[in-house]
Amino acid sequence: MCGIVGLFLKDHSLQNQLGQLLSQMLITMSDRGPDSAGVAIYGEPANTESKITIQSDKQNNDFETLESILREKLDERLDICFKDTHAVIRANNTKIKFILELIENYLPRARVMSVGSSIEIYKETGMPSSVIDRFSIHKMKGSHGIGHTRMATESEVTTLGAHPFSTAPDECLVHNGSLSNHNNLRRNLVRDGIKIETENDSEIAAAYLTNQMSDGATLGEALEKGLEDLDGFFTFVVGTKRGFGVLRDPIACKPAVMAETDQYVAFGSEYRALVDLPNITQAKIWEPEPSTVYFWTQ
Amino acid sequence: MKNFDLKEDSLSSLNEALQAPHDHENQIDWQVTNPRGSHAIAVGLDAPINVSIKGSVGYYCGGMNKHANIHIFGSAGPGLGENMMSGKIIVEGDASQYAGATGNGGLLVVKGNAASRCGISMKGIDIVVHGNIGHMSAFMAQSGNLVVLGNAGEALGDSLYEANLFVRGSANDLGADCIEKEMKQKHLETLDSLLREAEADAKPEDFRRYGSARELYRFKIDNASDY
Repeated sequence: MCGIVGLFLKDHSLQNQLGQLLSQMLITMSDRGPDSAGVAIYGEPANTESKITIQSDKQNNDFETLESILREKLDERLDICFKDTHAVIRANNTKIKFILELIENYLPRARVMSVGSSIEIYKETGMPSSVIDRFSIHKMKGSHGIGHTRMATESEVTTLGAHPFSTAPDECLVHNGSLSNHNNLRRNLVRDGIKIETENDSEIAAAYLTNQMSDGATLGEALEKGLEDLDGFFTFVVGTKRGFGVLRDPIACKPAVMAETDQYVAFGSEYRALVDLPNITQAKIWEPEPSTVYFWTQ
Repeated sequence: MKNFDLKEDSLSSLNEALQAPHDHENQIDWQVTNPRGSHAIAVGLDAPINVSIKGSVGYYCGGMNKHANIHIFGSAGPGLGENMMSGKIIVEGDASQYAGATGNGGLLVVKGNAASRCGISMKGIDIVVHGNIGHMSAFMAQSGNLVVLGNAGEALGDSLYEANLFVRGSANDLGADCIEKEMKQKHLETLDSLLREAEADAKPEDFRRYGSARELYRFKIDNASDY
């Protein structure tokens, strides 16, 4: 089954409430998938800085090591924020590659959740409410965000199997459905030099879009191309630094409802997820059409 | 009129009250406020009561309805009026996928659009959609009437048994064994009464009729060796 929610704000005055609104939406969708949950929040992008969000199941040891390694190897003030099993490292863009190498070399158990100037991804096994509490998602601010609650079907219930998947800076994807040609696509993507971390079909969809966009396609064009190449059932919600997209397969059996007002664009697997949004009764509400690309940019 | 506010009253207390026969002797008008997209509102009703729902509903509203009139002032999620037996369901907004699926009787009116698989496997229900319908509508339909004032999506009436499909807009992609058929006087009369009952502002003669070519489901001696 799985539940998806997404919120893309047009009205800046709502940015302080992004985490709170998105959390409420995701909790409402809990009964669509209690295995694991995750969110991607896009905050104010910084020009010269980026954020790396990492996760470790052995956070006490790993994060101590992380702090001492970064202190030793970096010649600048350290900016790390620890949240339960996740840590967010902020650094100058020129240092990001170096820090990622340090993480790979010194913290083999840590997983990189996201990298980018505005994105932070938090995901864990467990119910949406516990994931939201552990990472204080409801207090986060931002311009847009995507949430997912998972009922695993085709790969195991692990932190890495949870959504959103991020395969490039500031990009993420959540998926309800199952792809049938992901093994073939995985081989092609690996051949193109794309790094794939899991056996999960949804990660392949994320990597596929990344590959298209790295070849110069816009989010909308990448989604359009996805209709030709991705086989199976899917409702995708996709985020980029300034964009928000939705795509359903031609059969469209995975549910989707959208709402739009002057203040926001919202996505829910069900209308229930949208009922507490501001002025929802005045919103334009519709079911996204099959095989139709929807995307918004700031 | 008895009111249930789903912000305070539970969904099961609502459905228990609507399904309890003794409650209907003096009480035929019911109202539901704050449905908030809840699932399975007013399912399994079995009495000639009126239920007015002020807002949008989730999955399976009005499923298995018998005798009751259900009026939804909002949109409906998947499976609206599934396996309806009789009575009437009206949605002022849109209906999601498989509205009226497997319905045996009664009338389902969607004033907005209906999504994919509208009237799939319908078995005698009448469905009137003021807007458009999505793909694979009336798939394997067996009996009843599907009336669409707007356009029909891909593969209309695929693998159709019997049932009349009336479309005023375009129906450019007919499913396997679905063909355009002659509109006879009796069809115009049926259509006229359905349009009136569904408060639809349209003329019967503006519609085209589609139905089964009866090539797929009738046994043909030429195909005997295939079985």
